[in-house]
Amino acid sequence: MTDSKHSPDRRKVIQLIGGAGAAAMVQMLPFGAGLARAAEKFTVGVIYVGSRDDFGYNQSHAQAAAYIKKLPGIEVVEEERVPETIDVEKTMEAMINEDGAQMIFATSFGYFNPYVLKMAKKYPNVRFAHCGGLWSKGMPTNIGSFFGYIDECEYLSGIAAAATSKSKKLGFVAAKPIPQVLRNINAFLLGARSVDPKATVSVIFTGDWSLPVKEAEAANSLIDQGVDVLTCHVDSPKVVIETAERRGIYSCGFHVNQAVLAPKGYLTGAEWEWKTPYVILVDNAESGKPMINFLRGGLREGFVKTSAFGPAVSPATRKISMAVKAKMLQDEFVIFKGPLRDNTGKTVIASGVALSQQNPVLESMNYLVDGVIGQI
Amino acid sequence: MSLLPLVAALFVTAVLFALFVASQGYPAFDALALVGKGAFGSTFAWQNTLSRAAPIMLTALCVALPARAGLLIIGGEGALALGGLAAAMVPVALAGWPVLLVQGLMALAGFVVGGGWIALSGWLRYKRGVNETISSLLLAYIGAAVFNFLVEGILRDPASLNKPSTAPIGDRYVIGAIPGMDVHWGLVWGVLVCIGAWWLMRHTVFGFAVGVAGGNPRAAQMVGLPVGRLMLMACFLGGGAAGLAGMLEVAAVHGDANADLMAGYGYAGILVSFAARHHPLGVMAGALLVGGIGASGSLLQRHLDLPDAATLVLQGMLFVSLLAFETLNRKGAQRV
Repeated sequence: MTDSKHSPDRRKVIQLIGGAGAAAMVQMLPFGAGLARAAEKFTVGVIYVGSRDDFGYNQSHAQAAAYIKKLPGIEVVEEERVPETIDVEKTMEAMINEDGAQMIFATSFGYFNPYVLKMAKKYPNVRFAHCGGLWSKGMPTNIGSFFGYIDECEYLSGIAAAATSKSKKLGFVAAKPIPQVLRNINAFLLGARSVDPKATVSVIFTGDWSLPVKEAEAANSLIDQGVDVLTCHVDSPKVVIETAERRGIYSCGFHVNQAVLAPKGYLTGAEWEWKTPYVILVDNAESGKPMINFLRGGLREGFVKTSAFGPAVSPATRKISMAVKAKMLQDEFVIFKGPLRDNTGKTVIASGVALSQQNPVLESMNYLVDGVIGQI
Repeated sequence: MSLLPLVAALFVTAVLFALFVASQGYPAFDALALVGKGAFGSTFAWQNTLSRAAPIMLTALCVALPARAGLLIIGGEGALALGGLAAAMVPVALAGWPVLLVQGLMALAGFVVGGGWIALSGWLRYKRGVNETISSLLLAYIGAAVFNFLVEGILRDPASLNKPSTAPIGDRYVIGAIPGMDVHWGLVWGVLVCIGAWWLMRHTVFGFAVGVAGGNPRAAQMVGLPVGRLMLMACFLGGGAAGLAGMLEVAAVHGDANADLMAGYGYAGILVSFAARHHPLGVMAGALLVGGIGASGSLLQRHLDLPDAATLVLQGMLFVSLLAFETLNRKGAQRV
């Protein structure tokens, strides 16, 4: 008798389980529907090597991704903290296979070789946009490399720094002594010397792109040496800017605007404006034009911009800086021109030689100019 | 060995993770479905998982093998980096030599250098009484510094402007994919070395002696076992496995040695070895789990916009539950 009483219950239980299973299926459905919808849209994958909210390089790209996300007909899938290993290869492939991505923005320099090269060969119909500018003839034509001449903004930061500094000792916390970084340090020094020929820039290399503890140590050590304006070229300037503010000195930002981290001491900063190349490349892809393999720009082209001046920058300084910026916008300004000596006394650019921004010689810069205190 | 603790651990992890995801305002069921789908839900997902698991199997042995000798080594990252660097030098020095010979020598170089690096910790422990856990960790930092010094200095390929690297090993010597799959041969190496390590530790006199030395060094000494040499050998073999992982990363993934070699595989290996209770075969399953979590974390980010940290939370929950349930297993509790 208990049997007969229990059997309907058992059936009910089975029904319930079935119902739960169906509910789970329904739960998964919107996701499947999302995939189908994605196929009609133009799907763009964006890959970052660090956190999207790092107050630095990755955030500068995330801002551009957020911008194109709002454009009609564009779907964006993102993945952060993807190391430059087989992981990024698999992420690119997953974006293509699982999300239907038709275009991939691989934003870290180290993603290019071998990963982007390999995937571009394997998926000739997908476009790969790589930030860093490494494409050369003979490489797959579905790759485009883009980059910005941010040394222009560094030069302007140098002007604001030297004009505001009292000790005329400026500090630079840098990751690695590679051409891109050296170019920024040198531009910062040249900007500083343009307003004060006695200004110096002390540089400390931390050895890697994201070492917050070492960056704080370097910042403190520079401040202890009498430096009163700090800037940096590491993946996230957060630590350096915050340390400068806490110790009561000035700072110049990098990658994105860090004014909120240093409301008193933030002078100005060199910022990327990646939405310009992103929009160009996405528009191009949507309208079916061939991939732009090599895309560069500076202030004039809107690939980089300067942060708004902080309260510590005097009106006179703003005027000097703005005058130089106006010349840069007219393409009438050359940062690297001879005679220029490095800090060991060797002539690196002969008298009468002016290297325009596009000059490939600048891409292999391997010296610190006279006035920079530090060693490669 | 009962599978019950494993099943229970997986179930509890799923529940905890679902609660965590829901508490953060994300759809919990979607997240769980995506974890399964991203890790093991398709051929692509499986290959994704296996590719990520391959190096971790080898770095886990760097913990598992010395653990048999009673040593807790956590510096596999340094052995991986230096082993990889040594391997990257072989094709540069022997350009033009037959492919298999060069690849074999690369593996040997990686193994010997990685093994030597970890053996250093074993030697410090045996001769000087230095705690091997601390020394191996510190040596990993020293290894990374030496690596960077050499790669950014005398071993740097002048053509590698913005990303300091050694000279490319050349397309000829690159280790390719397993036919019919999108996973490189490193996976097969990893599996074979794990099986070899298991056989060595469970079915040879040497393995038995290492186990005795690890279980009770004084007793081992009393019966005349060369405890110091056994410790050193266990460290050497473990470090060798990590060095081999470095070689495979160079030969199958990077194509040269650069700072990206140090991607944390050495540290992931610690987790895997502990979850596998230092069993060389269990290490394979553990590596598969870590690889799977990596693969599914990618999907979670792309489809639910979960931050990458969610993957770490999942990984943490899984390993804590694995260890907790293992101790509930009576057999496991006795072995502790």
